[in-house]
Amino acid sequence: MADKLYVGVSPHIHSRESVSKVMWAVCLALIPSGIAGVFIFGLSALRVILISILSCVCTEALIQKSRGKKITIADGSAVLTGLLLAYNLSSSVPFWIPLAGGIFAIAVCKQAFGGLGANIFNPALAARAFLLASWPKQMTGFTKPFSLDAISSATPLVILKEQSAKSLSDLGLSYGDLFLGRRGGCLGEVCVIALLLGAAYLLWKGYIWPQAPAGFILSLGFLSWVFSPQGFFKGDFLFSILSGGLILGAFFMATDYVTTPLTKKGQLVFGIGCGLIAFVIRRFGGYPEGVSYSILMMNAAVPLIDRWVRPRRYGVSKNR
Amino acid sequence: MKRLFKEFTKGIIIENPTFGLVLGLCPTLAVSTSVRNALGMGLAATFVLICSNIIISSVRRVIPNQIRIPCFIVIIATFVTIVEMLMKAYFPALNVSLGIFVPLIVVNCIVLGRAEAFACKNPVLPSLFDGLGMGVGFTLALIIIASIREVLGAGKFLGFHLIKGFEPIGVMVLAPGALLTLGFLIGLVNYLNGKKVTRNRPSEARENGCK
Amino acid sequence: MDVSKFIAIIISTVFINNFILSKFLGLCPFIGVSKETKPAVSMGLAVTFVITMSSLITWLVYRWLLLPFGITYLRTISFILVIASFVQLVEMVIRKFFPHLYRAFGIYLPLITVNCAVLGAAVLNSQDFFVNGQPVAGSFWFSLTQGFFAGIGYLLAMLLMSGIRERLELIDPPKSLSGVPLAFIIASLMSLAFMGFSGFKF
Repeated sequence: MADKLYVGVSPHIHSRESVSKVMWAVCLALIPSGIAGVFIFGLSALRVILISILSCVCTEALIQKSRGKKITIADGSAVLTGLLLAYNLSSSVPFWIPLAGGIFAIAVCKQAFGGLGANIFNPALAARAFLLASWPKQMTGFTKPFSLDAISSATPLVILKEQSAKSLSDLGLSYGDLFLGRRGGCLGEVCVIALLLGAAYLLWKGYIWPQAPAGFILSLGFLSWVFSPQGFFKGDFLFSILSGGLILGAFFMATDYVTTPLTKKGQLVFGIGCGLIAFVIRRFGGYPEGVSYSILMMNAAVPLIDRWVRPRRYGVSKNR
Repeated sequence: MKRLFKEFTKGIIIENPTFGLVLGLCPTLAVSTSVRNALGMGLAATFVLICSNIIISSVRRVIPNQIRIPCFIVIIATFVTIVEMLMKAYFPALNVSLGIFVPLIVVNCIVLGRAEAFACKNPVLPSLFDGLGMGVGFTLALIIIASIREVLGAGKFLGFHLIKGFEPIGVMVLAPGALLTLGFLIGLVNYLNGKKVTRNRPSEARENGCK
Repeated sequence: MDVSKFIAIIISTVFINNFILSKFLGLCPFIGVSKETKPAVSMGLAVTFVITMSSLITWLVYRWLLLPFGITYLRTISFILVIASFVQLVEMVIRKFFPHLYRAFGIYLPLITVNCAVLGAAVLNSQDFFVNGQPVAGSFWFSLTQGFFAGIGYLLAMLLMSGIRERLELIDPPKSLSGVPLAFIIASLMSLAFMGFSGFKF
């Protein structure tokens, strides 16, 4: 309903891309990272992904049926939410975590607002915040890469936060490891190469704009470089970008059609705001990772950003 | 007698201060983390409601209209202070867990709202029952919210563990859980009302809250 | 006077212990006046002003009146009286000398008397910055800072909420959830997002 009501900036160029086509394309772009996650963390990662998707799709169908509306699970949005939720979880979570997360994401964050196009907050991220606040113990145990039994391992950002390691070499990692995903973390965020592959596809097809991810990544990297715990201009630019969930968040969640600004300028503001908040949380906050919270907080500010950067009508002078 | 009974019951169901009129939200959300706190808060507010209603209604002809609100506030604040002192003396643990929400009963819109809307226009006895009904309605609403939050968020009821193997949804005892519970409960009340009666309920009052 | 203590108070009152989203103070106007941005911002500014000024006055009352005479049990009653008369005074002054301002903020002022955020801030100040009946060092300035930034946090939450609710006008939520219930659900999700700031260290 609402996605029909939002009118983009003129000139209106007709395109054949429907909402559902975009949704499925984003799902497709996320597949390489999922495969990498299963390869790195084993079949338990696949289990988390499947439960999460099933939970989202079933909740969507049940609610739409009970409201007497058309069931629209084929549009791919519920599948996408399920995928993103799973990618933000550790592969070692018990089965009911993705189950509860999927129900919360769809029922509270999406259908309570009226379904696709109406939600204010990114359902997958809100569900992750809900899960993290509810079951912190289960949500922060991470599996060690390439070991089939669930040995818990901390993510690089956690180790850095606890000050037991100061630099990349202390962690026993190289930039190559970070690119390939040989580190602890959420199952969809670790393999940067696979994520970039998907992002490149979306950018090439024009489904997402580069403004939000660029603003997000550059501002977070820049701030981490300037204000590092070791002193000014001593931070590790590349490390701050590659560790944690930044790449996943910047390309796949800060570019969501529904919950981010409508204009390119707005998207840039959104991205920079995300970078700033994520940096503050990482550097001073209690959580090691702030990417998902930063996107949620900026989601709340989207209506204001949209109003603030509302494009000037042609022929109207600026100061009326 | 019948009228008194009506004044009593209206506060519990039709004009329930929390779900019907959406008043006095701040303490409702803040202290509903456990059923024990909810009960304590509800009883304290009921006491203040009854006493202030009685006093205000008995002096209603003496108070000049222009300065009635400050007068009401002083009367209410007096009883709140009494409650504060009683609680400090006899229930120190409860006093600590309710925290600043005991003094804040003064600005609870239910109390001032009843003074303004009912007690200053009605005789003593109906005012007493009005206060009692509103207080009981408020306490019941608090207990409902607190039960949901305590069972889901801590796996307990009145401090007793309920289900083995259930991992409590920790967020329900935190701030987001409170807002979520109240949102869905008001939604449920709306839904039930919409099913039962077709006429429009006084949605104006509900929209405006304490305004 | 320790600067880091001030920064800690600011971050804490605006983000971590936001009066609306985590302390549940002043919820009624938050739900009632947040349908449009302009009145929401006016309300937020009015609240900020009143909280700051009442923090100042109630600190003075508590420090120089209630404590020396050992009548701290009159805290609630004296605070609410001071706040109510202050708000009344401000309303009269603004109406007389700044009619423009009165048209913008006037109607919100009486509401603020019974806004629990104002009394809450005063009571919190008297709890946080007095130990055993003695003000801690810098107590006055801490109270003022906490009051002012509680107002700023209030304004921030009002601003975000009103922006979202204006956008909600365009959507079609389930009928029984539209309006107040949905506002609570949004507040809940906002509060969830603000939990990202918990556990700040300086």
